[in-house]
Amino acid sequence: MVTYIIRRLIWGVFMLAIVSLITFAIFFLVPRLAGATSESLATRYVGRTANAEQVQIATERLGFNDPLIVQYGRFAKGIVAGADYDYGPGVEHCPAPCFGYSFLTRLPVWPDLLNRLPVTMSLAFGAAVIWLLTGVATGVVSALRRGSVFDRAAMTVALAGVSLPIFFTGIVSLVAFSYGRPLAITAPGGSFTPFFDNPVQWAYNLILPWITLAFLYAAGYARLTRSGMLETMNEDYIRTARAKGLSERVVVFKHGLRGALTPIVTIFGLDVGLLMGGAVLTESTFSLPGIGKYAIDAIVNQDLPKVMGVTLVTAFFVVAANLIVDLLYAVVDPRVRLT
Amino acid sequence: MSFLELNDLRIHFPTDDGLVKSVDGLSFTLERGRTLGIVGESGSGKSVTSLGILGLHKGGRAKISGEIWLDGEELVAASPEHVRTLRGKKMAMIFQDPLSAMHPYYTVGAQIIEAYRIHHQVSKAVARKHAVDLLGRVGIPQPDRRVDSYPHEFSGGMRQRAMIAMALSCDPELLIADEPTTALDVTVQAQILDLMRDLQQEFNSALIIITHDLGVVAELSDDILVMYGGRCIEYGSAEDIFERPEHPYTWGLLGSMPRLDRERTERLTPIKGTPPSLINVPSGCAFHPRCAFEPRTGGKGRTEVPELLETEGGHLVRCHMTREERRAAWEQEIKPTLESE
Repeated sequence: MVTYIIRRLIWGVFMLAIVSLITFAIFFLVPRLAGATSESLATRYVGRTANAEQVQIATERLGFNDPLIVQYGRFAKGIVAGADYDYGPGVEHCPAPCFGYSFLTRLPVWPDLLNRLPVTMSLAFGAAVIWLLTGVATGVVSALRRGSVFDRAAMTVALAGVSLPIFFTGIVSLVAFSYGRPLAITAPGGSFTPFFDNPVQWAYNLILPWITLAFLYAAGYARLTRSGMLETMNEDYIRTARAKGLSERVVVFKHGLRGALTPIVTIFGLDVGLLMGGAVLTESTFSLPGIGKYAIDAIVNQDLPKVMGVTLVTAFFVVAANLIVDLLYAVVDPRVRLT
Repeated sequence: MSFLELNDLRIHFPTDDGLVKSVDGLSFTLERGRTLGIVGESGSGKSVTSLGILGLHKGGRAKISGEIWLDGEELVAASPEHVRTLRGKKMAMIFQDPLSAMHPYYTVGAQIIEAYRIHHQVSKAVARKHAVDLLGRVGIPQPDRRVDSYPHEFSGGMRQRAMIAMALSCDPELLIADEPTTALDVTVQAQILDLMRDLQQEFNSALIIITHDLGVVAELSDDILVMYGGRCIEYGSAEDIFERPEHPYTWGLLGSMPRLDRERTERLTPIKGTPPSLINVPSGCAFHPRCAFEPRTGGKGRTEVPELLETEGGHLVRCHMTREERRAAWEQEIKPTLESE
C-alpha cells in the first residue's frame, strides 16, 4: 500500500513534468514552427508600443535566443525553485512555484491563483454535494421504478441537463431567480464572501451557481446511477439479501447501491479534480472570481503566464484526483489490491 | 396437514412475447426431517418454484395463484411483509453459485451477522460469536479468523459452506438448496452433500434439493419430483424413481446420467430435442415432441394433457400410456440398455 502510494506519487510528478513540457511546447515551440522569431515572441512581453531596440533587449533578457531546452529548463526551474527576473535596474525574485508575471497587472501569477482557489473550491464542493445527492437519489428511484412516469420524466430532464450549456441554464436561472425578481434567492452574481467570514452569505451568494453547475453534473450521475442500479439489482447477491428477509430499503441501499457505487466514486473524484481547475463557464456566467474566470480573462487578454499557470494547476489537480480515486477504489471494492 | 404443502401452485410471468408459464399447477407435500429432490432441465420451473415458496416473486410482475401452506400458514395470499419476516428465519435458501450469491463488498462474517440480526435482537458481538460458531460447524477451519474474510478470499467449497452457514443462521425449519453443488469440484460436492445431510438430521428441518443432477438427488432425497415444462411429470420415493421409473422423460434423465459401472465405449443417450418453450407449451403432453413412445398413445399425446395419476402407493406419473405399457417398456426396452454390463 505505502509502496503503491510512493510509486504513484513519483508517477504523478513525472506526469506533471510531461504536462509542463507539452504546455511549454504549445506556447514556445509551436509558434516558432509557425514562423515566429525570438523577437516576435518577446513582443508579447513588452507590448505593442515598444520600439525595435526595446524588443531586442527584452528578447535577450527573457532568454529567447537560448536553445529551447535551456528555456524549458529555466521555466521548469521557476516552478520548482523560483526564478530571478532581471528587469534592467534590478533583479526581482519570484518565489516558487513561479509561473511568471502577468503582462497586464505585472503581479506574479501564483498568489493570484491562490487567492482565487477558495472561490473555485467553494463552487466545486458545494455543487458536488448537490449533484451527488440529487443525481444518485434520482438514479436510484428511476432504476427501482423503471419505465414509470417518474423514470421517464427524470431521464428526460437528465438528458436536458447533459445537453444544455451552462451559459444557457445559468442565464435563465439568473433571470428567473435574481435581479430583484420575487423569487430572488441569490445575489446578482459577481460577489463572493469567504466561508469563514460569513457562512450564510457565502451560501447565499453561491446557491445559484451551485444549482446551475450541479444540474449539468447531476444529470450524468442520475443516468450513471440508474444504469448501475439496474445492473446490481439483478445480481444474485440481491436475491440472497432478499432471501435473508431484509427489508427492501436495506436491500436497495446497503446491498444494491453499495454494488453500484464504484463507478460513481471514480467519476466523482475525477469530476471534482477537474473542476478544481476552474468551472470556466459557470464562473464566467456568474462573474465569480475563481480560477476559471481567471483563465478566461487571461486567454482573452493573451496573458501568457496566467494561461500557463492555470494549465499547470489544473493538471496538478487532475493528477491528484486520479491518485485519490485509485486509492478510494481499494476502499470501495475490497477485491481491488493496490500493488 | 403436512409441514409444507403446495396446492396447484401457478407462477406466470407476463412478457412482451406472451405469458410465460414457469410453474403451472404444482402440488406436493413435505414433512419435517424429510428431503425432497426436485429434478428437471433448465427452464423446467424448479428454481421459480423455490423462489415462489420464499415469496421472492411477490411484488414483481409474476402472477401467482394456488396455495403454499407452511406449518399451517398460507403464504400466497399473505402480505409480502409477513412473508419477509418468515424468510431467513422459518425458511432459508442456499443458492447455486456462492461467488455471485454473496455480496463481494462485505465480509463473510458481516453477511452472516446481518442474516442473524434481522431476526434476533442481539448485539453485534453476540451475533459475531454466533457467526464464528456456524462457520466452525460447517467445517471452515479457523472460523474466528475466516469470519473477517471476503467471499473472494474463500475457495469455491468454502464459499458454499459459508453460504450454508448463512442459511442456517436462524435455524430454519425449511431449507431449500438450489443446485447447491453445481458450481463445485466433484470432491467438494461429496463433502457438501455430506454436510447438508448431517445438518438436516441435526436440525430435523425439511429440505428441498433442486438440481438437474440425478446423482445428487440419489445421494440425499427421500422423495423425488421430476419437473418438465412447469409441471410435475413424475413423483415418488427415491426407490420408485430409480428402480421403477414410469415416465419416458425420467428414463431419458437416467439414460443421460454418467455412471461408473458402465462400459466406457458405450455412449450416453441424451434426450433428443430441447426443453419446451414456456410460452407456447406443446399441445397435449408437453414432452410429446421429444418422446419416443408418443406413437403408442394413439395421437392422444398431441392433443390431450395427461393427468398426474397414482400408479402405486404414492408414486405419481403423468403419461398417456397405461401402467402396463409403461412397466413393460421400462423392463424390456429401457432397463436393459442402462444395465448392459
